[in-house]
Amino acid sequence: MNETILTPQELIDRFTTAFGDAVSEPRIQIRAEGVKKNQNINIWMTITRDALKPAISMLKEISYPHLSVISGWDAGEELRMQYIFSIYFGERHGEYMVIFTVPLTKDDLVLPTITDIMPGALFTEREKQEMFGVTIQDIPDGRRLFLPEDFPEGVYPLRKDETGIPDKMVKHLWELGRPTDRPVPPVTEKEEEPKTEAGEKKVKKEEKTGKNTTPEEKKPEAEVKKDE
Amino acid sequence: MSDGTPTKKAPYVVPIGPIHPALKEPVQFLFELEGEVVKKADFAPGQTHRGIEWMGMHRNPVQIVHLTDRICGICGVTHSLSFARAVEQIVDIEVPARADYIRVIIAELERIQSHLLWAGVAAHELGFDTLFYLAWRVREESMDVIEYITGNRVNYGLVQIGGVRRDIVSNQHPTIKKCLDGYRDLLGKMLKLFLKDTTIAIRCKDTGVLTFEKALELSCVGPTARASGVVKDLRHDYPYSAYGDLDIFPILPSAYGGEINGDVYDRIIVRLLEIEQSIGIIETCLKEMPEGPILWEPKLPKLLSACKKAQGESVGRHEAPRGECLHYVAMDGHEAPAMWKIKASSYSNLHSWIPILEGEQLADVPIIVASIDPCLSCTDRVAVVRGVQQDLMTKEDLHRLSVEKTRRIQGC
Repeated sequence: MNETILTPQELIDRFTTAFGDAVSEPRIQIRAEGVKKNQNINIWMTITRDALKPAISMLKEISYPHLSVISGWDAGEELRMQYIFSIYFGERHGEYMVIFTVPLTKDDLVLPTITDIMPGALFTEREKQEMFGVTIQDIPDGRRLFLPEDFPEGVYPLRKDETGIPDKMVKHLWELGRPTDRPVPPVTEKEEEPKTEAGEKKVKKEEKTGKNTTPEEKKPEAEVKKDE
Repeated sequence: MSDGTPTKKAPYVVPIGPIHPALKEPVQFLFELEGEVVKKADFAPGQTHRGIEWMGMHRNPVQIVHLTDRICGICGVTHSLSFARAVEQIVDIEVPARADYIRVIIAELERIQSHLLWAGVAAHELGFDTLFYLAWRVREESMDVIEYITGNRVNYGLVQIGGVRRDIVSNQHPTIKKCLDGYRDLLGKMLKLFLKDTTIAIRCKDTGVLTFEKALELSCVGPTARASGVVKDLRHDYPYSAYGDLDIFPILPSAYGGEINGDVYDRIIVRLLEIEQSIGIIETCLKEMPEGPILWEPKLPKLLSACKKAQGESVGRHEAPRGECLHYVAMDGHEAPAMWKIKASSYSNLHSWIPILEGEQLADVPIIVASIDPCLSCTDRVAVVRGVQQDLMTKEDLHRLSVEKTRRIQGC
């Protein structure tokens, strides 16, 4: 590990000189909170898939990184995977977050495993396989992590295209409405009389205007009123 | 056992769970045993996965803040604070300084109650139930203060995007201070009961050792990492909210005078000393809290329209009682976020179970599993019942084993 601490710009320069075009859109995000407005620095870089492992190795040379998590974002045309690291932890107010975004096209969702460099990445790589349908090459343990064993193949919960959660898997509880096989609670029956009268009056008005309403249609209308 | 399976030959495979051996939270363990010694350990989380991230991506940020309160039953403010901070960065909201202080106060109160809850569980796992009752009784005081400030014991509903929803006014200070003074008086007793006790020392020292290298490699966080000597505390390294105004230094087990071993005993030291640290932080914050508004925008439609216009991605982090909690949020000009990823603290710590369990005795499993303070509801976010052919070892069986070991050591 190096003793000298790089500034955020120096860090970006190191990556751009080492990897050239493979690194794009570098940006430094600064956030200051509290009374003293201490600055927290996040460094974002978009890198190609081939440069991912060398970039992580280089980060490791600068300072041993902490891998928080690998995240993903289904942005329509492409899948953007974020490798969220932080370096220089242990330095007072000196930690940087370094986030590598790796864009993947939907027809080629393959990533190399980084568990040989960062053993702690296994958990999150397993999660990416089941949640996004990304294939992690050479993953030491390719089992599912959170999803149950009977979860259908080819459905990836965090994808937003046709491979995402289909509508038939979603339980819309509000659509079930009130149970019909139960007796009406005794308390509401008292309130029912004036309300059904009001409902009938409304129906009569509608009849005057020339609309035909069958008795079956009247009832639900009265019930809806009651619900309100 | 069915015919043909090598039931009499070592290693034995013992599945434990999905009922958790240490906490009343579900995870499934699979141990290969040789005699009493764990040769190989494996586990399957996901027994309480609720798909909260998916739910969030169909809701607006203000609705999600209230959803985040319900991710975990212990960390009531951790997830809402991390999520709010991520959204604030995307929308470019400046949080009023007073709200930053209130956020810190409630986060530290949460740390006190969480660490005390853990201390009770640890004592119970060792068969030291008197201490379990003591820890959980005194924990109630911090819960009462949290209720006094937020109105709730578990789902605080305090954090809002751009600030907090409730103020802490000066006539509330005496009640909070009284609680903190009570803890300060009690802490010496707790340290003595936990750390000077011979049985606890025998059970916990050199048990479940996580080396510095492993902690670093596996990206462990929080007290688990610090007990192994990894200097890592977001409040010190990457100070957000009011933490940057305070003098906070990460607590390592060496603070108690000994060497850093990375065992269960060290994890007890770190957590107990962090209670003391939290008391100090709350007192300083109460004293130095600036005047001013507590919300960036109290009108929700205005706040929501600002969120709706925002585009970009960001991460919000918070040093939860168990370590770093991270929320990644991406917004693309719609009402609901385009992506929301939760990384709970235990997510980073669970894989440390495998190296620390291997080579240990089965009777030590409960305390080692509990020692990283796992919080599975946070980490898992569809419940499933899995058919298991082998004999199941329940939490009660394991707990009995652990208590028997303590009794053996005590010689009674």
